[in-house]
Amino acid sequence: MIESNERRVVSVIVVNEASVLSRITNLFSGRGYNITSLTVAPIPDSKYSRLTIVTKGSIRVIEQITKQLHKLIPVLRVYEHEDMVEKEMAMIKIPMSENLSDINALCEAYNGKIVNAGENTIIAMVADEPKRVDNFLNAIKRYNPKEIVRSGAVALER
Amino acid sequence: MQISGAQMVIEAFIAEGVDTVFGYPGGAIMNVYDEIYKQDGFVHILNRHEQASIHAAEGYSKASGKVGVAMITSGPGFTNAVTGLADAYMDSIPLVVVSGQVPMSLIGTDGFQEIDAIGISRPCTKHNYLVTDAADLPRVLKEAFYIARTGRPGPVHVDIPKDVTAQIAEFDYSVDMQLETYKPHTKGNPRQIKKAMDAIANAKRPLFYLGGGIINSNAADEVRDFVHKTGIPAVETFMARGVLSFDDDLLVGMLGMHGSYASNMAMSETDLVIGLGARFDDRVTGKLSEFAKNADVIHVDIDPASISKLVNADYPIVGDLKSVVTDMLEQISKVDSDNYESWRETISNFAELHPLTYHEDTDRIKPQWVIERVGELLGSSANISTDVGQHQMWSAQFYPFSRPRQFISSGGLGTMGFGFPAAIGVKAADPERTSINFTGDGSILMNVQELMTAVEKKIPVINIILNNNFLGMVRQWQTLFYDKRHSETDLSVQPDFVKLSEAFGGIGYRVKTKEEFDAALKDAVEKNVVAFIEVIVERMENVMPMVPAGGSLFNMMLLEKKETK
Repeated sequence: MIESNERRVVSVIVVNEASVLSRITNLFSGRGYNITSLTVAPIPDSKYSRLTIVTKGSIRVIEQITKQLHKLIPVLRVYEHEDMVEKEMAMIKIPMSENLSDINALCEAYNGKIVNAGENTIIAMVADEPKRVDNFLNAIKRYNPKEIVRSGAVALER
Repeated sequence: MQISGAQMVIEAFIAEGVDTVFGYPGGAIMNVYDEIYKQDGFVHILNRHEQASIHAAEGYSKASGKVGVAMITSGPGFTNAVTGLADAYMDSIPLVVVSGQVPMSLIGTDGFQEIDAIGISRPCTKHNYLVTDAADLPRVLKEAFYIARTGRPGPVHVDIPKDVTAQIAEFDYSVDMQLETYKPHTKGNPRQIKKAMDAIANAKRPLFYLGGGIINSNAADEVRDFVHKTGIPAVETFMARGVLSFDDDLLVGMLGMHGSYASNMAMSETDLVIGLGARFDDRVTGKLSEFAKNADVIHVDIDPASISKLVNADYPIVGDLKSVVTDMLEQISKVDSDNYESWRETISNFAELHPLTYHEDTDRIKPQWVIERVGELLGSSANISTDVGQHQMWSAQFYPFSRPRQFISSGGLGTMGFGFPAAIGVKAADPERTSINFTGDGSILMNVQELMTAVEKKIPVINIILNNNFLGMVRQWQTLFYDKRHSETDLSVQPDFVKLSEAFGGIGYRVKTKEEFDAALKDAVEKNVVAFIEVIVERMENVMPMVPAGGSLFNMMLLEKKETK
């Protein structure tokens, strides 16, 4: 059976309690679902946290993921995003010897800038749609990045 | 009132109406056992292995419809119980299992008898808790019972560190549960119900597909009503045995891998599957793409995740079966039973072509005969537990079940060793009825230590061991699919089962003829003590019909036709 394996973004609102994150990740690993990225942070002024999970799967698999997430006792709500604004952040460490103004210009094109300068290296950040972050990371390769860290996507329904 | 965590456990059990707790003490749970010693609100049954405690609680729950309760210690006590938790989870059995944990100060230090219990129980429980403050215990225990018995039932595990059981805090069981994220959906959507009823009215060859959820929801009466008023034939899953009585004209039989020819053919030819509390398990459907290929599907289930998981539902209805079926019955006048006359005829022709039967063609007793015979002699006066294997399938096929909660068996997980402790729990819940455990010479040894539990507590379970000197079901697959290479399934070297039972203080019989069997069963029932009845049965008998794993339901291996019986 050939099924489409599309990228999907699911947001989950959970009660902010011990071991809730492992309930979610256990569910994904135990049922053979895929996690491309996962972010989690408390929702301000509430006892809830919000997770954004980027996953892959057919419509049927995504439907099961949504239902199985709902079944977990501490899960309040599950959104499977169709029409959303999605952002991801990345930070890169680059040798000081590279052309800083070029790097800064490149970062600015992706809503970023140089955020730290040390003795030997600088740190730059960008924040954009995950696909555009991919593009940025391709473009920045020529400046010999030493380290790259991506935050994983966060999303909000329009 | 200000009491210790250990006392809270006792008080919560009593408040929940618990009358029987199965368990095994140990270091981390000793404070609670000290309180058990002092109380007389419930009976504690000491099993001889923690796995057996969970199975006994399962048997108790399945027979009574109440939440089963078990208590175990940390580390190995808990890990021994994991199989039971997984079994209860697969079969949606409501349990509350309390385990001891090392004191908070030792958690994470690889302390003596420490294991990350809630980490292990997470994938095999409906929910679990590690209680880090005695002040949380009243709420947690109340939630545990509530979560276990509501929605799709299941086991809930509560892990309590030893120092928390000693801690003093306020106990008020009227405390509010904080479960705004858990609200099971019980009422079916009226529009969906109407659509489903219209579909039934318009179908030409509809078929009820009855599952174990009917028993969980105590909806057997409503479902019987539904079946009889519509005149639509019904097949049962293994878990639903007893929803319809064996002598019901509309009961086609059990479907699936070892289902009857008529049931599997009916499912293959139906144009509308009416699935009630069943989950389209692979042992039921066979090859998915061929399952009920020409049918629309109505699927009623309390668990939304069960709907369209494997088979797409055209009419999904999420809700409690009792409530949904009651709502469906209000629109019953739409359905004309006469419309299905020729369909019923088709199905009875299937049943005539290949009836569910066996051949008495050897000198040895046929295992199926034993099941049928117990059915003739004890019928509805017995509750039937089973272990796992050939005897289990024959029990499901040949015992004349007449009521829900009569058949107690490990369906989803298929746990050998389930039967004996479960039968102890069944007897504890329903002491008036005879508790039979059909078992095999393989399965019985997996929890044979329960002889001691049953003898000590005078719980007279009759174990009928169908002895073919084989791990029979695996042997059957080896015979059929592995060119008769009977790898590690020959159990020719065996204990003396009669002496084994006697060594624990039970009684034992070894029978080779039908007359001996009748006499042994009669004697065991009369003596009302723990018994082993070892029946020497035909060694090479296979469970038939059989749908090979992954095959289509209509491609069954069938019993050879012979002029016997």
